[in-house]
Amino acid sequence: MGFLEVQELKVHYPIRGGILNTVQDYVRAVDGVNLTIESGKTYGLVGESGSGKTTIGKTIIGLEKASAGRILYEGENVTNKARSRNKKYENYNKDVQMIFQDSTSSMNPKKRIIDVMAEPMRNYFDYTPAEIKRRVAELLDIVGMNAEAMYKYPHEFSGGQRQRIGVARAVASDPKLIIADEPTSALDLSVQAQVLNFMRRIQKEYGLSYLFISHDLGVVQHMSDDIAIMHRGRFVEKGPKKEIYNNPQHIYTKRLLSAIPDMDPTTRESNKIERQRVEAEYDAQEAEYYDQNGRVYDLLPYKDDHFVATKPNSSLQNESINTKGEV
Amino acid sequence: MAVERNLLEINNLKTGFRFGEEYHNAVDGVSLTLKKNEILAIVGESGCGKSTLATSIMGLHDPKNTQVSGEIIYKDLNLIDLNEKLYNRIRGNDIGMIFQDPLGSLNPLMTIYRQIAEALVYHSDMNEKQIKERVLELLNQVGIPRPEQIMKAYPHELSGGMRQRVVIAIALANKPPIIIADEPTTALDVTIQAQILDLMIDIQDETGSGIILITHDLGVVAETADRVAVMYAGQIVEEAPVDVLFRDPKHPYTRSLLNSIPHELEEGEELHVIHGTVPSLQKLPRKGDRFRPRIPWIPDEAFDENPELTEIAPNHKVRGNSWKHFHFEGEEK
Repeated sequence: MGFLEVQELKVHYPIRGGILNTVQDYVRAVDGVNLTIESGKTYGLVGESGSGKTTIGKTIIGLEKASAGRILYEGENVTNKARSRNKKYENYNKDVQMIFQDSTSSMNPKKRIIDVMAEPMRNYFDYTPAEIKRRVAELLDIVGMNAEAMYKYPHEFSGGQRQRIGVARAVASDPKLIIADEPTSALDLSVQAQVLNFMRRIQKEYGLSYLFISHDLGVVQHMSDDIAIMHRGRFVEKGPKKEIYNNPQHIYTKRLLSAIPDMDPTTRESNKIERQRVEAEYDAQEAEYYDQNGRVYDLLPYKDDHFVATKPNSSLQNESINTKGEV
Repeated sequence: MAVERNLLEINNLKTGFRFGEEYHNAVDGVSLTLKKNEILAIVGESGCGKSTLATSIMGLHDPKNTQVSGEIIYKDLNLIDLNEKLYNRIRGNDIGMIFQDPLGSLNPLMTIYRQIAEALVYHSDMNEKQIKERVLELLNQVGIPRPEQIMKAYPHELSGGMRQRVVIAIALANKPPIIIADEPTTALDVTIQAQILDLMIDIQDETGSGIILITHDLGVVAETADRVAVMYAGQIVEEAPVDVLFRDPKHPYTRSLLNSIPHELEEGEELHVIHGTVPSLQKLPRKGDRFRPRIPWIPDEAFDENPELTEIAPNHKVRGNSWKHFHFEGEEK
């Protein structure tokens, strides 16, 4: 059992129009998503722009409102209760933190690093100024920075350093889950490596969970234990990393994986042929994997904890039932 | 057999930006050649000067605040010496450019048709009918569905991938022999990226143009390039055919970069991190090996006073001799 559970989460935005400005339809940014987060694990959420991956993260932390579905934290219903001042939800607010993609705009440029990082501590702990200072120094040390950094302003740091401060700030309230939304997309390769290394070290040290949202399949593969692939606001496939990468079942997952550039220039031609084959397969079999409205089917068990969104009673489904020899 | 002429030849190019009274070179002595039918990738991290190199070739720098020296030879002309009027005849007609941000490089108030037609009107004397035909042909070539309709659309009505296709269509409008693509797929999703890269390769096969592809993404390089130049701190540190570069990288920077690509790791193993940071333009060490501060565990005697780009094997050039002594930290040599 996970400590955080997302059940049938939906986030719909109304589209208004007509003479009376009535609701005509909805944009279904997230449309029925289930997710269980256990402690100490990393969950990769992968999808292309507009797939709804960021919206899930934002809804969990309370920056977007859920239209339907529930978010349970330690068994307690906390849907749309994040940022509530009610003491009852304090633990939830404290235990779920976020790292943003853009490290520049996620920090107040007028505050020194010590104040940026002390804010979560002041919210949740009764530290004295001396304790805050000690704790900030400690956190900066964890992300490989000098204690003097705390008296500087955000603009005095490079992008990679700022992102490391963002990681340190997220850890400041001693959370259980950090939602990392494209934390390294804006960084160079060698800087990205550094931030990812620190994130992994911190995870070990604090037993944190990550919800790692990214479009970069290489980074997600590097970081995650479990992966969910999103398309059109729904999960198309979910399972352990190895299963998703080595044994993808959904046509969309296959398409996404075949599009990742390979680091081996000698296989270029065969990659291209494979990519075009998958692309053709995707066009041909779309009806098998999406209903007539283009909606992704519900996830069905494929094997063990590997789930695939397929048409009920499709061949893939029968096959897995047969191989497992049970219902 | 006659030796094939280079499409473009860059000799000892230096582009400096003004800080107060001083100029600091962002591109510091780059020599390169581009042949017909070739994709030359220029790869490096932010601040290495790769985009400055592209804009220098296009002559897009403000002469009041930049200093460009060296040679950019195209058809016996040194582009650096051209005045604005002559340069405008080269831009778009002989050298097409594709920028990273398709939305930023399109005019939001002009239809797709007018934006492509603009390039044709400027550089050719086609009549209205010919222009329309050519626009349709271009939109087909870059794989835009329903070109008759899309032609009348405005940029905001198209998706990111479609916009980038339009930008490519504009760059191709006058069939330029040289195309410079600056991070053409960085803003796009992987599936769209794959399509755009395939498109660029197909177009090159058709037109035989030479493409300079500027990118930070080694995956993109591996998928498209014929030849690669790796840049660090304004200089080329390694240049090799693509398969050689990935199979047998030599320069410490190239090796470090390839090693920091995220991949699946053994328990307890970490990604390789390059020590320190890229120095800012003003603080860039101009003497000695510029990569030296990033590999402090390599003994001093391994570095040259004045590292030169030298050919260590046919078509494989590496700067300096430090690579002969390089090993990763903690690794036995």
